[in-house]
Amino acid sequence: MRTPINREELLLRIQALEFAALDLNLYLNTHPGDARALADFNQISAALAQTRTAYEQAFGPLMNYGHSLSCGRWAWIDEPWPWEA
Amino acid sequence: MWAYEKKLEYPVKVSGPNPKLAKVVVTQYGGPDGELAASLRYLTQRYTMPTSQAKGVLTDIGTEELAHMEIVAALVYNLLKGAPLSEIKAAGMDGYYADHDRSVYFVNGDGVPWVAAYIQSKGDPIADLHDNMAAEEKARATYEHLINLSDDPQVTDVLRFLREREVVHFQRFGETLNIVQDFLDRRKVW
Repeated sequence: MRTPINREELLLRIQALEFAALDLNLYLNTHPGDARALADFNQISAALAQTRTAYEQAFGPLMNYGHSLSCGRWAWIDEPWPWEA
Repeated sequence: MWAYEKKLEYPVKVSGPNPKLAKVVVTQYGGPDGELAASLRYLTQRYTMPTSQAKGVLTDIGTEELAHMEIVAALVYNLLKGAPLSEIKAAGMDGYYADHDRSVYFVNGDGVPWVAAYIQSKGDPIADLHDNMAAEEKARATYEHLINLSDDPQVTDVLRFLREREVVHFQRFGETLNIVQDFLDRRKVW
C-alpha cells in the first residue's frame, strides 16, 4: 500500500536534513580535515537531494533560477509562500 | 550570486495575532543586533578576509542570517496579520501602523529605523572577527530578552532555535579567529 505523501511532513524532513547539512557545512569550514563529518555531510546531502526530488515531483519547485525543474507548467508561483503559515 | 529556496530554515507558526509581541520581535529584523545587521555585516566583511576558510565562514554564516531574517519576518507578518486596530493601538504600535500598516519594516522595538552605522567593516580581520563574536553574543542576549517577553509558546519555540544558532555561530567565529591569528603569525616568521 502506498503511503500518502503529506506536504508538511515532507517539507519538515527536508528542513531537518538541510539543517543538518548546513550545520555540518559550518563545522567543516573550520574543521576541513574531519573525515567523519565529511562522510556525514555527503550522506546527508545525498538524502536531501533525494527527498527534495520527491517533494518537487509532488508539490512543485523548491528553488528558482534553474535549480529546480518545472514540468508541464510554471509552478514556481504557486501558493503557499514560506511565510504564509 | 544567491538563489532562493521556497521554504523557511525552521518552521514558523503563531498562536494568533499579537501586536504587542510583534512590536518587540521586530527588533531582530531591523534593530541594532538583528538579523539584517548580522547578514550584511558578515557578507560585506568577507571580501577582505585573509584566508579561504574565513571567506567561507563569513559567506555561509552571512547566508544563514538571511534565512533568519526571513524567519523573523514570518513571525512579525503573522503576529500582525488580522490584528484588530484596537490591539495595535493598545500595543503602542499606532505610529508603526500609520507608516507601515501591518507590513514588515526594518525598525527596532521603539520604531527606530535600521542604519548602516549599526555595523562595521574594518578591513582588519582580527577586529572584524572580534566584532562578529560580540555581535553573536548581543543577538543571543536579545533573543533571551524576547523569550522572557513572549507569551506565545509557538513563537518562543522559534526564538529558542534562533538563540541556539547564535551560540553555534559564536563558536565558529572563535575557531575562525584562531585560524586567522595563526595565519597572520606564520606570515611574520622569516
